[in-house]
Amino acid sequence: MTQAVLSDHIAAAHGDARARALKGFKLGDVAFHVLTKSSAIAVLLLLGGVIVSLVHGSAPALGEFGFGFLTSQAWNPVTEKFGAGPAIYGTLVISFLALLIAAPMGFGIAVFLTELCPHVLRRPIGVAIELLAGIPSIIYGIWGMFVLAPVLQTTLQPWLINGFADIPVLNDLFAGPPYGIGIFTASIILAIMILPLIASISRDVFETVPPVLKEAAYGIGCTKWEVMRSIVAPYTGVGLVGGVMLALGRALGETMAVTFVIGNAHKIHASILGPGTTISATIANEFTEADGAMYTSSLIALGLVLFVITFFVLAASRLLLARIKRQEGR
Amino acid sequence: MSLASARKLRSSLAMSACVGSAVLGIAALAIILGALLWNGFSSLNLAVFTQMTPPPGSAGGLLNAIVGSLIMTVLGVAIGAPLGLFAGTYMSEYGRYSRITTVVRFINDILLSAPSIVIGLFVYEITVIQMGHFSGLSGALALALLVVPVVVRTTEDMLNLVPGSLREAATALGLPRSLIIRHVAYKAARAGLITGLLLAVARVSGETAPLLFTALNNQFFSTNLNAPMASLPVVIFQFAMSPYKDWQSLAWAGALLITAAVLALSIGARILGAQKTSK
Repeated sequence: MTQAVLSDHIAAAHGDARARALKGFKLGDVAFHVLTKSSAIAVLLLLGGVIVSLVHGSAPALGEFGFGFLTSQAWNPVTEKFGAGPAIYGTLVISFLALLIAAPMGFGIAVFLTELCPHVLRRPIGVAIELLAGIPSIIYGIWGMFVLAPVLQTTLQPWLINGFADIPVLNDLFAGPPYGIGIFTASIILAIMILPLIASISRDVFETVPPVLKEAAYGIGCTKWEVMRSIVAPYTGVGLVGGVMLALGRALGETMAVTFVIGNAHKIHASILGPGTTISATIANEFTEADGAMYTSSLIALGLVLFVITFFVLAASRLLLARIKRQEGR
Repeated sequence: MSLASARKLRSSLAMSACVGSAVLGIAALAIILGALLWNGFSSLNLAVFTQMTPPPGSAGGLLNAIVGSLIMTVLGVAIGAPLGLFAGTYMSEYGRYSRITTVVRFINDILLSAPSIVIGLFVYEITVIQMGHFSGLSGALALALLVVPVVVRTTEDMLNLVPGSLREAATALGLPRSLIIRHVAYKAARAGLITGLLLAVARVSGETAPLLFTALNNQFFSTNLNAPMASLPVVIFQFAMSPYKDWQSLAWAGALLITAAVLALSIGARILGAQKTSK
């Protein structure tokens, strides 16, 4: 009798402990689920917050100048007239020139790494390129200012100015004097900087091509160039464009590498050798010195413009790269 | 010239162009590293690590900037990494096929490459304006926001690699889900998670733009998070742009330090990652 009561008692105690433990587990489960889910949502809110705060901060300037802000060449802190024209122009031109240099070279490096390079060197060179992609942009900037700009000023730039002096259009594009710093120099720095990015993405994309496709082409006697052009390029086209767009997104928003060598001049010159400015360089150079609400607000409006441009470029790039990923999975 | 030899010629021309661009590209990057090592080592001495940033025209070091960078980086990672870890956990463990995960992944990928200067503007708006002054805390916050996307991305990727059978085995033992994630999935993915963390640190330790108008700069030694704080990248920017020789050589020394740190971190991350995949 007493024994039965005792075992009942023990069972009840066990049940209690078990129930408590299970309850604890359940509570912990729910808490952890909520915690992780709200963190994921916080990432979304982060983007929303960036947009809202930029719109809020730029409202005074955009209200004052309207859409004319995007095209106006005015930049006068004294009369408080501001326009984003030269900065947007500089950003687009520098990024475009940088891509013009870096994209073909990046593809070339990727072809070299996937087709031509001896197998023992493939991994070390590939790793080296990926490591270089991680070097902070300020390093490229300081090198550009102290090393590249003086060299260009005394060699390439006078040569370009004299060489094209008699050719119409080109003589406007390469008009002197050779400053060393300027749009041209900034493009070269930017090109060197995004080169590892383009090269490593292109290589990854090239490696998604099924070997059997290439082997079949080689089997019917295609040369290496024909295989690259007619088999690999069409197969990977979307991914390559995606990679270039990703690099463009980086280039558009790149700040420090450009700020050192751009010259910070709010003018649109025909000559690409002249000094200019970009959106990010303007913000980096002037934000802490900006006095007056309109000045600060105009700089934030520049940031908003930059964010909108890069958002669309990056979104397009991600969609294209996602497509090549699906293709690979198929 | 026969068609065959013309095709061969074209192919070898194109391929030489590829080799040429590889040589040129690697040479350019080697020249940059060479210049950095040359100028950096010639300006590197003990004073760099023991003295404060000097006024123009006198000797000094980078101690306050090094300490400031360390403080803000550590704090930024401490704020950003848990958020990124939890968000990545949700995307891989709870909502792997849900719509919210697709959206978050897309937005996160955009944040990953978004201009860091815009993040700086955002943090300026929400902290500096509210507090009324620049501070090390807002600098750390700006860095934290740059850490988040990197950690989200690697966490999701790494947890996706953990075999489902591990989770099923743990479920069969009666473990609740949150414990399975924390004690089984995290442990299995540990090397990958640490790799992501190292990459995030590497990413933010060279960031300059977002610090320019959040932490600003400070010529003196300060560990006060509520006051402007010096950091290596910002000091490099200011000193390199200056006309003073002393400042410029300190900028090179700082640039060498940052590059060494970033390369060490990424190589460390790579070694950890390699161990993970070879297992």
